[in-house]
Amino acid sequence: MRHRLDIQIGPVAFRIGSAWKAPLDALGRLYAAYPAPADGICDFTVRLEPEKPWRRIFRPSVAIRGDYVLPDAAPMALAHGLLAAEMGMNLQMALGQKSWLLLHASTVEKGGRAMIMTGESGAGKSTLAALLGERGWRLMGDEFALLDMDSGQLLPFPRAISLKNGAIRVMEAKVDAARFGPRLEGTPKGEIRHMRPNDDSLARMGEGAMPALILFPRFGEAEAIRPVGAAESFMRFTQASTNYVNLGRRGFESLNRLIDACPALAIDYPDTESALALVDDFWGALAA
Amino acid sequence: MRGARLLVRALRDPDGVGDCDWAGLISAARAEQLMGSLAFRMEEQAVPARVAATFEAARRDAAQTRTQALWEAEMARRALAPLGVPVILMKGTAFHAANLDACVGRSVGDLDVMVPRRRLDEVEAALLRAGWEHVKDAQGYDDDYYRRWMHELPPLIHRTRDRMIDVHHTILPLTARPRPDAEALIAASIALENGLRILSPADIVIHASAHLFADGDLAGGLRNLWDIDRLLREFDSPEFRRTLLERARLHQLAPHVARALRLSNRLYATPIDRIFAGRFTLADRLFEARLLARNGWGQERRKALRFAFYLRSHWLRMPPLMLARHLWIKARR
Repeated sequence: MRHRLDIQIGPVAFRIGSAWKAPLDALGRLYAAYPAPADGICDFTVRLEPEKPWRRIFRPSVAIRGDYVLPDAAPMALAHGLLAAEMGMNLQMALGQKSWLLLHASTVEKGGRAMIMTGESGAGKSTLAALLGERGWRLMGDEFALLDMDSGQLLPFPRAISLKNGAIRVMEAKVDAARFGPRLEGTPKGEIRHMRPNDDSLARMGEGAMPALILFPRFGEAEAIRPVGAAESFMRFTQASTNYVNLGRRGFESLNRLIDACPALAIDYPDTESALALVDDFWGALAA
Repeated sequence: MRGARLLVRALRDPDGVGDCDWAGLISAARAEQLMGSLAFRMEEQAVPARVAATFEAARRDAAQTRTQALWEAEMARRALAPLGVPVILMKGTAFHAANLDACVGRSVGDLDVMVPRRRLDEVEAALLRAGWEHVKDAQGYDDDYYRRWMHELPPLIHRTRDRMIDVHHTILPLTARPRPDAEALIAASIALENGLRILSPADIVIHASAHLFADGDLAGGLRNLWDIDRLLREFDSPEFRRTLLERARLHQLAPHVARALRLSNRLYATPIDRIFAGRFTLADRLFEARLLARNGWGQERRKALRFAFYLRSHWLRMPPLMLARHLWIKARR
């Protein structure tokens, strides 16, 4: 490949190759504060390559390839090359990660204990995690939670947060402009802007935490709180995991352990401020 | 050394790897579906901690793959048991079910089985009753083509388990020039404890060779050749060598098996019957180059060569007029 960038995120190292310079320049700026893998070795390879050889120069189109590929993934415009690199890394994790139980969830930590939030796309878990990360919590990850099946700890995977549409404005008002990537308009998911987690989050990317609370947030509804039983939590997490089935019995046992160890709540919320207030209440009650 | 060449080196001689392009080795192994095999092969080696963890996860994953493959075979066994038809497991599932050396870390995709051709209709009906469904339209050109010319039924997929089964009645398409003796394959097959069967040792090697060199474009061929290496080493004896030659002739596949011997010896240093195998030829060099056409990023290289082998795969499969008609119909879609 013509261009290459290696990035360490939490315990995982990526090697990203690209036929073009621009996507890696953008990625390099966004991930400037991240270390390169200390051992010089990478777990996963992502490749951004022209869909057909001539599409490198003529009407460039970026195909997302790598160790693991989705055969029918649509190629992207070169202007969205940064997003392609991000999606490529997600894809490797979703299809290839076998070392930890992978949950599609965001995680924040305070006082050595973690809160894990999962929900469908649009439920607001990324926005909530991003906001909490600016209000005294440590952001561990907004996309994937890695559950260590031996220790029961959640491991940080503090990727750049992918903010969408309305959430972009919310965070721009609170966070230093230097931590943002370029504004990407007209992507398949609308407008996207990536935001780097803060320095504390990056400095502690090697530090796991035991889970203490499970939250199933849902944005855009009247405020409501409901305790969630173990069976429902279990079902929701298996649906939110890409490698649960593959991990067999170990996956089953470690997921049960997570659910047994933590209270679980479903919260509906009309706006982020009320959600943040609810989280503060629960966390206070938990600590008391 | 990088990419596929490094992968072959590591499989052949794990002691000799030392410090290498680890990310490239892992990418090539993943692309060639050899990650599990490599992880077991390198189990005793001192490798960097990150690589050791990746191999450890790959070995665990391989154990899960094995469980799933054997379960899928059991599901087929239960569905077909009432028919009293001999059901012969093939390829990866057979290696696992019979605990052959070739099963160590072996990935398994679809379940491949073989049954007598005259019982195909019953077998298909029983599978449909037990929850398998047609993947493609059960009518039209593709379906007709499969039923008339292929060595297998159109693929079936299980409704809830989402796993495919390929039901074969012989080991090469009927349009291929060699005509393997399907009845002899079944007659020589061996029963396992649970009543399922596998091909005889010589026929397993012949099937693997036919699959690699008489059918298909050699994509993913390094894994098939690794199977052949493991099988030949496990079965090797003077008697086995004699049987292999006899059976290969019976199935009209002696040249294909000879090529498998030569290339397996060339890439994996397999001990082989030199007289049967013959000398490494200029054409073999092209096969070798095709098998090794992958770089340290996991990308396929040598586009022209790969395309030539793609054309060859169609040429092997069909006589010219039929090929013309086939390509015409496919192109008009």
